Formats: sequence, C-alpha cells, structure tokens
Amino acid sequence: MSVSVQAEDFDVGAEMAALTSGRADIGALVSFTGLVREMAGGNEMVLEHYPGMTEKALEAIEAEARGRWELQDCRIIHRYGPLEAGAQIVFVLTASPHRQAAFEAAEFIMDFLKSRAPFWKKEAGGGWVDAREADEAALGRWC
Amino acid sequence: MQVLYFAWLRERVGLPREEVETSAATVAELVEELKARGERYAVAFKDMAAVRVAVDQELTELGASIKGAREVAFFPPMTGG
Repeated sequence: MSVSVQAEDFDVGAEMAALTSGRADIGALVSFTGLVREMAGGNEMVLEHYPGMTEKALEAIEAEARGRWELQDCRIIHRYGPLEAGAQIVFVLTASPHRQAAFEAAEFIMDFLKSRAPFWKKEAGGGWVDAREADEAALGRWC
Repeated sequence: MQVLYFAWLRERVGLPREEVETSAATVAELVEELKARGERYAVAFKDMAAVRVAVDQELTELGASIKGAREVAFFPPMTGG
C-alpha cells in the first residue's frame, strides 16, 4: 500500500522506476497523471483537504481496488495547496500481470478520487469548483 | 466533540473547527443545534442537499448517530482528482 497526500510535486518517471525496480513479474504498468487545466477565473487554484480523513479515504479506495483486481502494486499521490494551471495534481499507478486489471483498477481509483476523497478546489477568482454530475455518475458503473 | 468545517462551509461559518458541547443523538440534530447559534450557521446549513458529513473521518448520512463521536466534519460535495 502506498498513498501520499502532499504539497510537493512528484516525478512520474521516478515513481514508475521505484515500483518496478528489482522485479520482473509485472506485465502491465498503467499510470494516470491529472493536470490542472486553464481556468476562466485566473490560472491558479487552491486545493483544500481534510488531513487524516484524506489519507484514510485514499487507503480505502486502494484496498477496494486490490480486492477487485489482481494488482501486484499500487501507488496514489494527491497534491494539495496552491497549484498553477499546467501543474501535476494527481497520480495513480497500477501494476498487474496483465493489462486489463491495471487499466480498470486505475480508472476505478480515479473515479472514486473525484467524488469520494475529501478535496475541494477553489479558483483564484474566488469561486469553489462545483462537483460535476458526470463524476458522480461515473461511480455508478462500479457498483 | 470537535466540529470541523471545510471549503465554503468553513467560509460561511467563519471557523475551521470548534469544540461543541452537545446532547444531539444524530448529525441532523447537531445541525439543528448549530443553526440555532446564529445567522452564519443558518446560512451555512441552509441547503442540506449541498452538505456532506463525516463522523470520525468516515463519510456518512445526516441520520447517523454521533454518540461517542470525537469528530464531526461538514463539507460540500468533494472535488478531488
């Protein structure tokens, strides 16, 4: 299990290398990196979170993914604090013997992060980003 | 117990957290007590369809028990990822 909630940026290549280093049993490694898109109200946003609950929620999502798919390893990183457009905000890495499990588990984890992990985005213009119905609907296919 | 507020709930209440003495049995009863404290709380909890709650850091419903809880948190729908 490996979950990080951090203000600092992360290095995608280093994360992938760390997970695969010294092993040859992994057949599929899927990574997803979420970036901050340009916004109408300015190019910076602040990501607030709930320290304590955030880590627990991410660990629970990872445990659920491991229960559903044959994962050899998994890594989730989510940033908080001020973030500029173009910055990396979230990272999911899944490893499995075959690609289908790695692809599906990564998608499952992202769908749950979107609306079940306690983060809230506020744009520099002053407005809180509303939850999207499409994100809530995306959870439906996993239930 | 500690009551925590996040995002626009924190802004509307004007506090990130506070210690609350309560005899409320459920989250919904606690919300009614908080709303009676004043205008800022009444505004923050005006539309409960837009409020989510966690008891001891577990997401739950308004009808949930808060007996023995150490921490109750209120926040808008989450926007992670």
